[in-house]
Amino acid sequence: MGRYVVRRLLQMIPVFIGSTFIIFMMMYALPGDPVRALWGERAPDEAQMAAMRESLGLDDPILVQYWNYLTGLLQGDFGTQIASRREVIEVISDALPATLRLTALAFLITVVVGVGMGLVAGLRAGRFSDRGILFVTLLLISVPVFVLGQIFQTYLGVRWGWVTPTVQDSENWGQLFLPAIVLASLSFAYVARLTRTSIVENRRADYMRTAKAKGLTQRRAVGVHLLRNSMIPVVTFLGVDLGNLMAGAIVTEGIFNIHGIGGAVYRALNSREGSTVVGIVSFIILVYLVVTLLVDLLYAVLDPRIRYA
Amino acid sequence: MRGARSAKWVVSAIVVAMAATACGSDSDDNGGGGGSGDVNADGIVRIDGGEPQNPLIPTNTNEQYGALVIQNVWSKLLDFDDNGEIFMVAAESVEPNEDNSVWTVTLKDGWTFHDGTPVTAQSYVDAWNWAANIQNEQNNSFWFADIVGYEDVHPEEGDPTADTMSGLQVVDDTTFTIELSNPVSYYDYKLGYDAFTPLPESFYDDPEAFGEHPIGNGPYQFESWTNNQSIELTRYDDYAGEDAAQNGGIEIIAYTGLDAAYQDLLSGNLDVIRQVDPRDLPVYQDDLGDRAIAQPYNGIQTIVPVWYNWEDTDPRVLQGVSMAIDRETITTTVLNGSRTPADSFVAPGVYGYQEGASGGITDYDPERARELVEEGGGIPNNEITIQYNADGGHQEWVEAVCGNLIENLGVECVGDAKPDFATDLEAREADEVVSMYRGGWFQDYPLIVNFTKELYASYAQSNYGRFNSPEVDELFAQGDAAATLDETVAAYQEAERVLWEEMPAIPLWYQNVNGGYSENVDNVRFNSAGQPVLTEITVNN
Repeated sequence: MGRYVVRRLLQMIPVFIGSTFIIFMMMYALPGDPVRALWGERAPDEAQMAAMRESLGLDDPILVQYWNYLTGLLQGDFGTQIASRREVIEVISDALPATLRLTALAFLITVVVGVGMGLVAGLRAGRFSDRGILFVTLLLISVPVFVLGQIFQTYLGVRWGWVTPTVQDSENWGQLFLPAIVLASLSFAYVARLTRTSIVENRRADYMRTAKAKGLTQRRAVGVHLLRNSMIPVVTFLGVDLGNLMAGAIVTEGIFNIHGIGGAVYRALNSREGSTVVGIVSFIILVYLVVTLLVDLLYAVLDPRIRYA
Repeated sequence: MRGARSAKWVVSAIVVAMAATACGSDSDDNGGGGGSGDVNADGIVRIDGGEPQNPLIPTNTNEQYGALVIQNVWSKLLDFDDNGEIFMVAAESVEPNEDNSVWTVTLKDGWTFHDGTPVTAQSYVDAWNWAANIQNEQNNSFWFADIVGYEDVHPEEGDPTADTMSGLQVVDDTTFTIELSNPVSYYDYKLGYDAFTPLPESFYDDPEAFGEHPIGNGPYQFESWTNNQSIELTRYDDYAGEDAAQNGGIEIIAYTGLDAAYQDLLSGNLDVIRQVDPRDLPVYQDDLGDRAIAQPYNGIQTIVPVWYNWEDTDPRVLQGVSMAIDRETITTTVLNGSRTPADSFVAPGVYGYQEGASGGITDYDPERARELVEEGGGIPNNEITIQYNADGGHQEWVEAVCGNLIENLGVECVGDAKPDFATDLEAREADEVVSMYRGGWFQDYPLIVNFTKELYASYAQSNYGRFNSPEVDELFAQGDAAATLDETVAAYQEAERVLWEEMPAIPLWYQNVNGGYSENVDNVRFNSAGQPVLTEITVNN
């Protein structure tokens, strides 16, 4: 197990370097010049532009620029933004807390509501509550997030005044609740469907018959044996989804005015702030790598038959 | 069964939690007094904004979010009214000598920076010298290019050979002179740009820290900046100018999108919105009633033929294209009143604008349009493409304009969408536009010069259509050499007449402010630059 983890951690290094390299090159290949963009529609001052490029190191060959970026990164220097002259690490650490809070809340909702609904539907397959949950999840999967978000915002926020229509303070968990529900809606609908299928399938498994035969209570049979064995596909989905919630929250963030990572990377992309884009995307890659490792380790916990040597 | 029960608990927990958050925010809903209430002189006005893209230094800011801060933390030497005429703000007078080569600026007495230090002629001269220096990397350094000695601090190549521009001379505490290398009669108009503001002594100790906490001479002092969240300004009580703030301060709230700001305005969490999201345009006047604001500002949208692909075309063809576009219908339907049809190359709030300057070329007349195109020999290849940036909300009107051209002229017309503005601009600069591009221009200063010479002089850097007319260039030169402003304007108006004969671009419409305000505030007015006049806003009790 220990050796497996070390091997996986070591594998992350080339993946990380490779992906930053690809993103760096992609940013470079995009048309449009970030220094030129400082002047907008107006014709730029050539001499000033050249001076800025030189001081930012943008006139070096691309491979040199990448090398400088990578060595900076190893020393904890994520680079500087071109327009604002702010440290990229500062930009990331400004946007990250809001995203982390929103993701955590949305993830919690996904797990609790999704698994809960899936469990109910699976145990009562074919009955009324199963049909009801099927209907609700189908609805959530088919309605796009921005429609759902704006309906909630208009009715709960503006018309009925139950909540503030946008997030005024991203440190207030109460205000983040509505965006988190919207963000989580698609995910928990999927989780509910996955859990249900898995439960229905495993309910008839031999070990469940054995569990009942040896006199276990329903609660113990379902809670310990059935749920645990049914969680493998769900955990796989949740692992990938955690990254999606983080990086893919841009639509929800936009509707509810949350200044998170999604919006930051979008703005940076538009103004061709290469170091910001690479910085944020590398961070998201790291999150994905760590989460997939955790998911793989969780398999062994959930199903003792799986062993990592 | 237990599962079912616990699921019910989860659901009820959500309901309870949602109800709980609702209670927390309910109280601010009944805030507005509806205009008749008392005025709260220390009330804070909440306005929509965003994260400034550059450090907050006047000579480094040329985008709207930073400008909103700069324009309220600093007072300019002079400003412009709705007809583009000059009035003095921080300056007592700005006077040229006989041949317009030396301008004398006299400052009003008793002005101070927000740190208490006096504003002197030296504060201006030092600030401009610093900003013009190429090594200080200011985006607006080119604004000082007219001043004698600019090439010493801002050489085309290599390091600067001097620290100061010899054209700037301090006479006494409140007077300084500006010597120009190319005299123009309208240099005072340029002095109305944000870059021509003073900086306090403390700036030079640490420009970087200053950019995050600016100290100006304006009606508001900078209080705090929470990145990506809000910027707070408070009234400067020792302000010496006439436009002192009628409210306690400004909170500029950063929004990720215009729609979120609009929803906040509707629910009383925001007081002034500068621009309504296109999505809300059809309903906002119903929603806000007389608190909705719609008026044109000094920005124009055009479609510009690139002459490297249109070179042998008779201008009558372009006049025909212009007359085939139904501006009235497109602005009211597709654009939901967010634009006003143009009848000149110049926006209406600009000094030198003449109503109906187009002489009918901007009127919708499909029949005459067809005649003109035929007389001119037809459109090259019978095909027009309009290049635009897909991230700016232009697709709808480009399609509508193309629809007009297809229907009225029987030509092929398609939009050529570039993914974003940077890509669009790159194609323009590299002379790779196929047929026409979307041109947009917002005033730097409200004078006809800014809307004509900067775009259509053969040597103008923003002339991406590569229009080249010796006659027009000559009239521009005459205007610049004229002794008085009136003569300058007359020459430029003559130049505009020629522009309508040669058609370097097809003016479509002027940009509108589509803003509004909440019941919490009154006296909200937008100026001809499209910005709200924040100092005049009063907050209701």
